[in-house]
Amino acid sequence: MSPLVSIVDVRKKFGDFQALDGVSLDVHAGEVLCIIGASGSGKTTLLRCVNQLVTIDGGAIWVDGELTGWRIDGNRLHALPEKEIARQRLATGMVFQRFNLFPHMTALENIIEGPVQVQGRDRAEASREAEALLARVGLADKAGAYPANLSGGQQQRVAIARALAMKPKLMLFDEPTSALDPELVGEVLAVMKELAASGMTMIVVTHELGFAREVADRVVYMDRGAIVESGPAAEVLGNPKEARLKAFLSAVIA
Amino acid sequence: MGQGKTPSALPDIAHYTHVPNRHWGRWAAVAIILLLLTGLARAFAVGDIEWRFVGAFFTAPAIMAGLANTLWMTFGAMALGIALGVVTAVMRMSPNPVLQGVAMGYTWLFRGTPVILQLLLWFNLALIFPRLGFGDFSVRTVDVMTPALAALLGLGINQGAYTSEVIRAGMLSVDAGQYEAAKAIGMTRLRALRRIIFPQAMRVVIPPLGNEFIGMVKLTSLASVIQFAEILHAAQNIYYANSRVIELLIVAAIWYLIIVSVLTPLQMLLERRFARGTGGSR
Ligand SMILES: Nc1ncnc2c1ncn2[C@@H]1O[C@H](COP(=O)(O)OP(=O)(O)O)[C@@H](O)[C@H]1O
Ligand SMILES: [Mg+2]
Repeated sequence: MSPLVSIVDVRKKFGDFQALDGVSLDVHAGEVLCIIGASGSGKTTLLRCVNQLVTIDGGAIWVDGELTGWRIDGNRLHALPEKEIARQRLATGMVFQRFNLFPHMTALENIIEGPVQVQGRDRAEASREAEALLARVGLADKAGAYPANLSGGQQQRVAIARALAMKPKLMLFDEPTSALDPELVGEVLAVMKELAASGMTMIVVTHELGFAREVADRVVYMDRGAIVESGPAAEVLGNPKEARLKAFLSAVIA
Repeated sequence: MGQGKTPSALPDIAHYTHVPNRHWGRWAAVAIILLLLTGLARAFAVGDIEWRFVGAFFTAPAIMAGLANTLWMTFGAMALGIALGVVTAVMRMSPNPVLQGVAMGYTWLFRGTPVILQLLLWFNLALIFPRLGFGDFSVRTVDVMTPALAALLGLGINQGAYTSEVIRAGMLSVDAGQYEAAKAIGMTRLRALRRIIFPQAMRVVIPPLGNEFIGMVKLTSLASVIQFAEILHAAQNIYYANSRVIELLIVAAIWYLIIVSVLTPLQMLLERRFARGTGGSR
């Protein structure tokens, strides 16, 4: 079976700074992949390339059998128009470090915004599904609450529900718990574990090594814009080979 | 530490009465202001003003027509200004350098010249282009460029240049993460602006826009120089005939004050409407 996501030799420069330096990675349907690495190693940039919030300078990213961002014409690639890129993004849900809920909308309005405005679905039906999603993330009673009146953990769970409402094939998480107070981390990780158990394909950038060990099928360690080591979670976290990874792990655990 | 009892080194004052500050300065200021106001009122009462003319002309038909013209011109020019301002701000913030350049050129041109000059240019457009349109479908410019149209274009287009900066400030006030979240759920740039960015920018935009609205009420009086029959022009026409200059200027002044007094609470209503989700009365 071909992978759901295929990242091939991706490069990205910001000015003179090489943020991604030839990253290649496959993710299969149903797989949970955790990306770890020091701050500034390019983890966020890689995720943002996958759903085209960042345009790549070189290489290719395939999602669900489609080349993202470009149309192949003979031996040339033509940049896709904005509408096509927006359509391609529907295959991917994204959860941000800082939640990024829409503050002028209630939890329920946040969740149905995409289905109703972008996918043109029926509002009543989308609202019913949104309520089911809120129940799934443990917030059945918060449908009418505005983000300002929710805790960080609750906001992040609404953000997960908002991404799921688009029925994506792939979920991207960019350090979903690192902006949270320690006592709120668990509730968000619990929702993500349930999601993983339900068979969702997930790429998770995280510093929660316990979560990675328990949930990830595979762990990837990045440094200076490149993948340095990757493999099964137990192997990468329990028996690191690279000196840089060993140093990183002891620094995170300490 | 002992509870209930203060340490013996300090005096026991827990049961004393608290006396608030008396603010003598404020009372003195109020007295002085009242004195000045009484003096001013008396000066106007005994001064050479025939107050019965103010009453008589307050609702004269020409004044009423001028009031209507001032009102629709204010709303018309602001509507045009806001529409142009939004388009210009979106162009200025677009990734397309050509659109950015056009937006910056427009702002530069219309902020850089006096409105009264722009009004005169629009009104005298016939001197540059005697006819408008092409071929068989053309009209004499003087027939089309009435004082009302010249005023609407002059005031509205000038306003757009200022409003674009207000709108742009509002757009910049919205966190970049909001654009990304909107894109991540499949929105195009324009849909993200309409659904996510503008509603949040409104909170920042309304107070200065209210200011501009009030400014426009009074700016319409400039259009009297191109014979647009707004309220000041109507007042002038009457005093040219009856020489009651001050009385008619007072009539106009009172009407301006009434319009502005009605607009202010409207702005507060709008502000409350767009404070949605900001956690109460902020
Ligand atoms: N939009 C941008 N413009 C310039 N530099 C950027 C931008 N985004 C990221 N970078 C730089 O790229 C590097 C990698 O960033 P990032 O992918 O956010 O790392 P990580 O998520 O692993 O901490 C950092 O040095 C960062 O400063
Ligand atoms: Mg990051």
